[in-house]
Amino acid sequence: MATSRKIKEYILQNFLFTSDTSAIQDDDSLLDRGLIDSTGILELVTYVEETFDFKVADSDLVPENFDSVNNIAKFVASRQKA
Amino acid sequence: MNQSIAFLLQESLQRATIRGPLKEAVVVEGAPYSYRQLWEDASHMAAALNRRGLQRGDRVAIYMDNTWPCVVSIYAALLAGGVFLIINPQTKADKLAYILGDSGARFLMTDAHLAHSFKSVVSNLPDLAAVICSGAEMDCVHVESFNTVLQEPINIANSESITPLDLAALIYTSGSTGNPKGVMQTHQSMLFAANSLVRYLRLDDADRILCVLPLGFDYGLYQLIMAIELGATLVLERSFTFPAQIFARIQEQRVSVFPGVPTIYAMLLSIHARSPLQLPSVTRVTNTAAALPDDFVPRLRNIFPNALIYRMYGLTECKRVSYLEPELADQLPGSVGKAIPGTEVYLRSAEGQPVQRGETGILYVRGPHVMLGYWGQPELTAYMLKPGQLPGERVLCTQDYFRMDEEGYLYFVGRNDDIIKSRGEKVSPIEVENAMYKIPGIREVAVVGVDDETLGQAVRAFVVLDGTVALTEKQVRTQCLARLENYMVPRDIIFCVELPKTTTGKVSKKLLMEQFPT
Repeated sequence: MATSRKIKEYILQNFLFTSDTSAIQDDDSLLDRGLIDSTGILELVTYVEETFDFKVADSDLVPENFDSVNNIAKFVASRQKA
Repeated sequence: MNQSIAFLLQESLQRATIRGPLKEAVVVEGAPYSYRQLWEDASHMAAALNRRGLQRGDRVAIYMDNTWPCVVSIYAALLAGGVFLIINPQTKADKLAYILGDSGARFLMTDAHLAHSFKSVVSNLPDLAAVICSGAEMDCVHVESFNTVLQEPINIANSESITPLDLAALIYTSGSTGNPKGVMQTHQSMLFAANSLVRYLRLDDADRILCVLPLGFDYGLYQLIMAIELGATLVLERSFTFPAQIFARIQEQRVSVFPGVPTIYAMLLSIHARSPLQLPSVTRVTNTAAALPDDFVPRLRNIFPNALIYRMYGLTECKRVSYLEPELADQLPGSVGKAIPGTEVYLRSAEGQPVQRGETGILYVRGPHVMLGYWGQPELTAYMLKPGQLPGERVLCTQDYFRMDEEGYLYFVGRNDDIIKSRGEKVSPIEVENAMYKIPGIREVAVVGVDDETLGQAVRAFVVLDGTVALTEKQVRTQCLARLENYMVPRDIIFCVELPKTTTGKVSKKLLMEQFPT
């Protein structure tokens, strides 16, 4: 799925600074892996807003939407449908 | 036990359990746990630790997120007669090994999702008597499951011999010398500090205290210590990463105390600017770790309309130094107030002489909250603890510069070392430089802090390559991430041909900053 590949690539490049796709699994918790924190999440939100062209509300900032590549992809898909 | 006064940290838990066994002690990400549950789980785990050989004064390292097993482990270590130390779960293998070795930890309490860091480390530590791991079952011979161990019966209790002068915790903190140091705090010093904070924050057993800060950070840890000492409730969250989740929790849990650092407040204000945010249940807002910009206080009142806002200053070596009465926040911009209750502060010149009011001096702190010293580091201890007026007494020389006005209110002037404060966390430039020197291809590196609106300071590294390996900015950061906590990884990597030196051949960070102004 193109969306999740894009998101994964972004996370690899910007939080792990690598292009090794085995460095993270699509359902890995970004919190558990220590990859995002309170400032990292804002970068991630900016990326999602710019790449997929919709506005993320502050109330969307919950783990169900942002804690893994799969969750983000699902969230993006639900927004694109809407 | 006399139910009115606790001499030991575990006695606060015992007292609160007797008074209100069913009361919520901790709510972990929405899940409530009663005082009785905390007492029982901690007692089971304590007995298990004693059975595995824990003796009075043994160190129990807790390498966990802000979770229920983490809270249980803290009180289990104490009940067993041990000393706890909490290691930030962002810590990578090298530093974890260092802290475990430095503290001589005999027990490691951890979580399966951190296996990638601790697995390689524990096999090289012969002193470890047990590794107890929460979360997913681990297929590893030396690692026991937290939940299984918790089922063991209570038949030993070792903490009876413990006195208030015994160590309760080692609190590791970064320093200008590179490796983190373990600040030794006793039961007495921690209970004293907790009660001093309780007094000036005007807290009682009805309070519901939020903790989004890591328990490995003393500011986070004391939210727990205070809550248990009061018989109040701690609303524990893993982090501030998902603000919407925190706001919902504050409302649903009727949180009354909100402890934060400037980075968190900067985020709250920016969220509020996009869509108005109000948290009316909060009656106390506290800030420490870095200075709160002056205009934040009036702006935060829009978010917390019913809260007293406290500006504070402290260092791990004595937990907290000073606070400003919230009613004076607008009158005394920039001030961090006066000494916390039961303690005193004064300024001295570099030569140790008293300084005139209004003049800059080095801040000294006197009180029962001052640390016993750094674990295993007599020289570093002697640098911070100086003889006081009374025989045998030691006072803390903070090595920070302050000014005191006519009425005795303190104003921070500057640090005596080059510690960077980013997101409220202490970043030691030497620690970052040492980690970066291990990266093949780097010949020279100098790390500085540069001002940043959200972070307070951002970490910037100037790097000279040796030409053997071609490194990109990203590759350098990947390598840093493998060795350092996220907040220590330089935000900016600037490649240089050479670093400016002083006449004695040392890298001059002053010249660097002049050559590369932001």
